[in-house]
Amino acid sequence: MIFLLQKTLIYAAPLLIVALAGMFAERSGIINLALEGEMIFGAFIGAIMARIFLNNEILTGNIQLFFVIILLIAGVSGGIFSILLSISAVKLKADQTIGGTALNMLAPAIVNAFALSLFNSEKVQMPANFGGYVIKNPELPALLQIFGDKAYISTYIIVIMFIVLSVWIYKTRTGLRLRSCGEHPQAAASVGINVFKMRYLGTTISGFLAGVGGYTYIATVANGTAESSVGGMGFLALAIMIFGNWKPLGIALGALLFGFLKCIGPVSSSIEFLQKLGLPMYFYNIIPYLVVLIVLALTAKKSGCPKAEGIPYDKGMR
Amino acid sequence: MADFFRNLRNKEGFKSVISSILCILAGILVGFIVMVILALTNENLRVGDAFYGLSILLGGPFSSGTAMYIRTNLGDMIFYSGPLIMTGVSVAIAYKTGLFNIGAAGQFLMGTMGSLLVALNINTTGKPGLGVLVWFLALLVGCLFGMLWGAIPGLFKAFFNVNEVIVCIMTNWIAANIVSWVFGTMPSLINTGAGKSGYLITTAATGNGTPKVGLDKLFAGSYIDLGILLAIALAIIMSVILTKTVFGYELRACGANKYGARYAGMNEKKNIVLSMAIAGGLAAIGGAIYYLNPGIEFKFDSAYGKLPDYGFNGIPAALLGSSNPVAVIFVGLFIRFLNIGGDNLTSAGFNKYIADIIIALIIYFAGFSKLFRDLLFKRRKAAAAPAEPEALPEKKAEPIPETGTGDDAVIPEETPPVIPEEAEMVIPEDFSENTGKEDGEQ
Repeated sequence: MIFLLQKTLIYAAPLLIVALAGMFAERSGIINLALEGEMIFGAFIGAIMARIFLNNEILTGNIQLFFVIILLIAGVSGGIFSILLSISAVKLKADQTIGGTALNMLAPAIVNAFALSLFNSEKVQMPANFGGYVIKNPELPALLQIFGDKAYISTYIIVIMFIVLSVWIYKTRTGLRLRSCGEHPQAAASVGINVFKMRYLGTTISGFLAGVGGYTYIATVANGTAESSVGGMGFLALAIMIFGNWKPLGIALGALLFGFLKCIGPVSSSIEFLQKLGLPMYFYNIIPYLVVLIVLALTAKKSGCPKAEGIPYDKGMR
Repeated sequence: MADFFRNLRNKEGFKSVISSILCILAGILVGFIVMVILALTNENLRVGDAFYGLSILLGGPFSSGTAMYIRTNLGDMIFYSGPLIMTGVSVAIAYKTGLFNIGAAGQFLMGTMGSLLVALNINTTGKPGLGVLVWFLALLVGCLFGMLWGAIPGLFKAFFNVNEVIVCIMTNWIAANIVSWVFGTMPSLINTGAGKSGYLITTAATGNGTPKVGLDKLFAGSYIDLGILLAIALAIIMSVILTKTVFGYELRACGANKYGARYAGMNEKKNIVLSMAIAGGLAAIGGAIYYLNPGIEFKFDSAYGKLPDYGFNGIPAALLGSSNPVAVIFVGLFIRFLNIGGDNLTSAGFNKYIADIIIALIIYFAGFSKLFRDLLFKRRKAAAAPAEPEALPEKKAEPIPETGTGDDAVIPEETPPVIPEEAEMVIPEDFSENTGKEDGEQ
């Protein structure tokens, strides 16, 4: 059971932060369909930097600090990549779906092209000593083991980021302004808020968080292999965001629920009564998706979707 | 003659074509820059190679070397564009109804499963007439599977008010797992040949492959078959349904403004479900025509872990064709043209993913084709007729997000100037663009 919960946390962490990323963009009025692409790009740059650092023995003495720095680099590159989206969606008033789809195609293409050219392989595999940053505390009491044993520092960072940013978007002036741009940008502009700035901010934060999530995914879930895919995680996060009704608490709940259900399958062979049922792996794989659908159908409610989401800001419109 | 050109310049179609060409050129230019960067970072390549690479890429199948290879690659290009056209039209139809069909991948898989279950379980070797019949049956079953699968997001959207994007994403992965699961329980369909692991047998083994109708003689050695003709025919039929029938009008009306459609007495719930079902059926036919080809093998054991690219590539195909099914045909062929050019790139020392980069960039630029269009035509027109009220009727009437774009019949994109002459004096030409400052509107 403890093992299951540990796995849940590892799987839920990237989902959590990327769903929050989606929320930041959409609350500012930009549909960020490019989450997947931003994750892939951030993870790729992070992986390349990690290789460069390891080869030149930069920061290798403190493996946790090393991990955090790479995580930040991945985040920044995700943020830079997302500027492509915000330029087209905010300034040039392009269709946001098209921009997002284009970035989702561009990121894997860039990763494949450069990885093949630089490393002669479509995958960037981390060196063997890469996994040294798993935090191991097997002597902790059972309850604390869930959080403290076989854990990653990225999980803690993501949880802290998640809480800070959730408070920030709800309790600060800038957060309120950002949200207002997603609901009624013209009204926001009428009280002196710079809608463009807010939308750039929302999308860039979104890209940063997606980059962090992308590197977390490849470093924890995917065992240090950066490639042109993050297993549809970006789209899943988008779904979790809608599931959470564009609210942090809902997102956290959704990510944990989904992560938990997703991890039942791999550990089913070690849980006795599930083993007796003898169900195929595919059955467990389907469960999380099915549960999300059922929950959504039952809790059919008024959607919390930001009103102005997806509509380019036009000053002249009322 | 001058009049002719002036008229041509004001034609919507002409403007679209010109701005599309500009998008393509911009995409190729940036793609070329990427190639130069690649050449600079790789010690085996020189900058000059980028020029050679570009010429290979833009040659598409025609840069394949000998005439024989060119013919084969041309045939393959046409074959591979068939499923792409189908998923593209699938996304386009849903888009016209205001729905974002990101579930084409799952529908594609369901179509694959339905058609292969029929085509591989019935053996008609040696009876060609019967084989065609079974092939057709397989196609229908595949289409039916896809329609049912596509209807799920439609039903959730219509009756539970659940966003179709989330349902599509969930059903994609459910479909992927079901496909692996179902075929895993059918050992008779699994190819046990040497070196084959996780593959199904092909329709060549059961004699139900897609008829070649002589196309294989035209393009010797390629996969090409009847599928592409079917795809083109279906795209044209969908276009006719959308523009010439009451049903198509209702679909587009629901896409433009679902409240307006309901007010006009249309059953918008029914239209949402039907639109998604049709979209599902089309994507499923894409899967069917791809895997019913006697030469294509389906790897079922890893299907649960990765969604088919065809499903997602339908989105850019639809977007680049501005959700017009007939335009999607050309876009599909064009994308595959570049892909084949990309495959040939290895001879120039680059890899095939350059083509993907260029396609992605073209789609990126397609997002602001309106800007290209304005840059080209607005200024000139403003000079000729100084008071063009272009900025006023921005197409923003729809209250629903996500549904706002790509409908030309209900809300014309460029409304003909109906504002009287005097009004034009009041409205500054760049009304919507003086966005640098912070002051509120009017």
